[in-house]
Amino acid sequence: MKRTVSRKIKERIIETGLFLCALSSVFITLSIVVILTYESYGFFKEVSVVEFFTGTTWTPLFAEPKFGILPLVSGTLLITAISLMVALPVGLISAIYLSEYAPHKLRETIKPVLELLAAVPTVVYGYFALLFLTPLLQKILPDLSGFNAISPGIIMGVMIVPYVSSVSEDAMKAVPMYIREGSYAMGATKLQTAFKVVIPSAFSGIAAAFIMGISRAIGETMVVAIAAGMMPNFTINPMEPVQTLTSYIVQVSLGDVPHGTIEYKTIFAAGMVLFLMTLFFNIIGFWLRKRIREAY
Amino acid sequence: MTMLTTELKAEAENLNFYYGSVQALKNINLSVERRKVTALIGPSGCGKTTFLRCFNRMHDLYPHNRYEGRIILYPDKINIISPEIDPIEVRMQISMVFQKPNPFPKSIYENVAYGLRVRGISKKGILDEAVEKSLRGAALWEEVKDRLNSLAVDLSGGQQQRLCIARALATDPRILLFDEPTSALDPTATSKIEELIIELKNEVTIIIVTHNMQQAARVSDYTAFMYLGEIIEFDKTDKIFTAPSSRLTEEYITGRFG
Amino acid sequence: MQNIEHRAQSTDIKKRIALNKLWDYIFLATGLVSTLAGLVLLFALMTNLFIDGSQRLSYKFLTAFPSRFPEEAGILSAWVGTFLLMLVTAFAAIPLGVAAGIYLEEYAGKNWLTDIIEINIANLAGVPSIIYGLLALGMFVYFFKFGESVLTGGLALALLILPMVIMATREAIRAIPNSIREASYALGATKWQTVWWHIIPYSTGGILTGIIIGLSRAIGETAPIITVGALTFIAFLPAAPVSAEFPFISFKWLFDPFTVMPIQIFNWVSRPQQGFHINAAAAGIVLLCMTLFMNAAAIYIRYKFRKRIKW
Repeated sequence: MKRTVSRKIKERIIETGLFLCALSSVFITLSIVVILTYESYGFFKEVSVVEFFTGTTWTPLFAEPKFGILPLVSGTLLITAISLMVALPVGLISAIYLSEYAPHKLRETIKPVLELLAAVPTVVYGYFALLFLTPLLQKILPDLSGFNAISPGIIMGVMIVPYVSSVSEDAMKAVPMYIREGSYAMGATKLQTAFKVVIPSAFSGIAAAFIMGISRAIGETMVVAIAAGMMPNFTINPMEPVQTLTSYIVQVSLGDVPHGTIEYKTIFAAGMVLFLMTLFFNIIGFWLRKRIREAY
Repeated sequence: MTMLTTELKAEAENLNFYYGSVQALKNINLSVERRKVTALIGPSGCGKTTFLRCFNRMHDLYPHNRYEGRIILYPDKINIISPEIDPIEVRMQISMVFQKPNPFPKSIYENVAYGLRVRGISKKGILDEAVEKSLRGAALWEEVKDRLNSLAVDLSGGQQQRLCIARALATDPRILLFDEPTSALDPTATSKIEELIIELKNEVTIIIVTHNMQQAARVSDYTAFMYLGEIIEFDKTDKIFTAPSSRLTEEYITGRFG
Repeated sequence: MQNIEHRAQSTDIKKRIALNKLWDYIFLATGLVSTLAGLVLLFALMTNLFIDGSQRLSYKFLTAFPSRFPEEAGILSAWVGTFLLMLVTAFAAIPLGVAAGIYLEEYAGKNWLTDIIEINIANLAGVPSIIYGLLALGMFVYFFKFGESVLTGGLALALLILPMVIMATREAIRAIPNSIREASYALGATKWQTVWWHIIPYSTGGILTGIIIGLSRAIGETAPIITVGALTFIAFLPAAPVSAEFPFISFKWLFDPFTVMPIQIFNWVSRPQQGFHINAAAAGIVLLCMTLFMNAAAIYIRYKFRKRIKW
């Protein structure tokens, strides 16, 4: 009898311990929110919210600092847009190819290699953008500056392709075969079946893949920090150097910024904006993926 | 048009079929009469669905499948399982309705128009006409005519299956294949589909696979009993169900196995 | 029906099929090209990196500290830092992540708290890595006063890969059929005994794969490490963890400043001199080999365990 009781207590303790481990992930999120909010609060005590969100000059490290976040946001969005122009079509097309066309053996070979693409450290991709792609592009576009938005944008696109393609492919693979057979039985080709039946059926999953891609592009740091230059530039010209929210944080962190100063707080304010932007997309993505799970 | 009662529509001759190295159909011979319903019955795993799917070359979708022998389609007398014949061409002439209703994630209208669109037909007049005619043919028109643009997946199971029939009818097939079309439906929906099949045979040749012997007896003119990949007996449905010549057939239809 | 009328167009149908198939082939080619394009590009980039960097790869490069002169600079402090950081990361992330994964798969009931934890983990996986850097900066550097140390950097990366470890654990556990659990309970085992004797051993392959992939991602992470203030120029090693004198083991290294491979690369690539670009490429080759080796190991383990365990 006594043994059963002690056994029950032991089981109880273990379960509680495991539960606390699971709960710790929630504390991570809470800590992120608390720290970003706390430091941003300090920032907004010194800088007006209006200036922050509407100002078009970002020079917090100058003697006469200006705190308009728009150049960083525009830089982030510009590079994100360029990378998506590469990643979404290429990712989707290769997902369709892998899911609907590729022979089983080829697919099983290519998928791990695509995963390896995702494993290349971002700093190495940054090296490629700055020292391989930019010089290459400069041969075609002589006006291109050494730091620019287009080169890191393209490389980032390549980096994101495996994510977009693997999540989209999973979504298409989840479309039951009998739906495809309905289309083939009408005399449709693979292409017709893919575009008219499979893609609409897997729409949520593909959208989730796209959203994930967007979120990754917004949060990507090193490629931009290395190859886009560190110039907060309120522009949509991809030939010019730009700065993103992430590369600004890197720039400040590289210098010696004392704890508690306004410069120190700016990186948390920029981080807050970044966090909210990715959170927005992550929530949409999560909701879309949940919808697929319910569909089949 | 001659209305000979014994006009042939299709004929399987010495048909063998292999999934890789496994032989699933053994030396099948069967003639399908024009504008009649031919039922394939037998215990599960007997090869009836495999046989049905030979008629529109569905097996070509998967690797390592192999046909031997011939299935002749009349009146052209072409062998539709010959490797020289494009499976897509075969499927454009021989439609199929599946076990589980499989409407596409599109509107009711677009589901029915699908086959025509695949054929490159996009004139609204032609599509409208074909959609209405096919939906009427599938006894669904009255129920959906006011909501042709709503999603097909919102229909009930029985309606979805009739929609799939309408989809198959829209391209004016020479043969319509039914693969256990009522196995996922309730009794009311089932009897509607059965009535429809009897109605449809005035216009199109039908081959139906069913595990339900009463259904075969109710809707078909001819019945083939299959067992272990072979046709044990093929005859007029009345004959099969009242005086089968094979003992195996008799045991099956009286429910002693299967 | 208008059968005859339709059949009259059978040549049209044939043309249409030919056209449809033409498009099909065009897409097939496009698909193959875009799928292979990534691989070809990767190969081109690797080649480029290798051509640039191989001239600097030598024993000396691996055993020298950074220097003002590119020919004399090496990556000793960088790879030692990376190694120590990975130790901290692994020690923090693996027990926490595996335990959380076990709880969510084997213990958690269907309630709002579980839902919150699940949504939260999915969201954490999508938080940009640099945000983890800000978290570590605020929490470990200044709140817990760990300073800009190995411990801080390792913990930052541990938080970063935690969602990956949790998800890998859950997936591995989910693949175990319920009959195994029932068999264990039927013999009178408690929940924890079932987990300890059956669930954990059977899911080791999947969990290990997830951990290695997580660590391979951590090894290449730069942004959060920059944010917590890792130095870019370090010409000394952290204190040795073992010594000849009592008490033989020291944890002082946890609180020493450090640098890591990706930061060293970043630092070199950001310099204008060509000589340092060569160093960056050489260090890039080393880092790339580390991550690719880890990923290959993960793929191999997954394959091996998949073959060994059959339900």
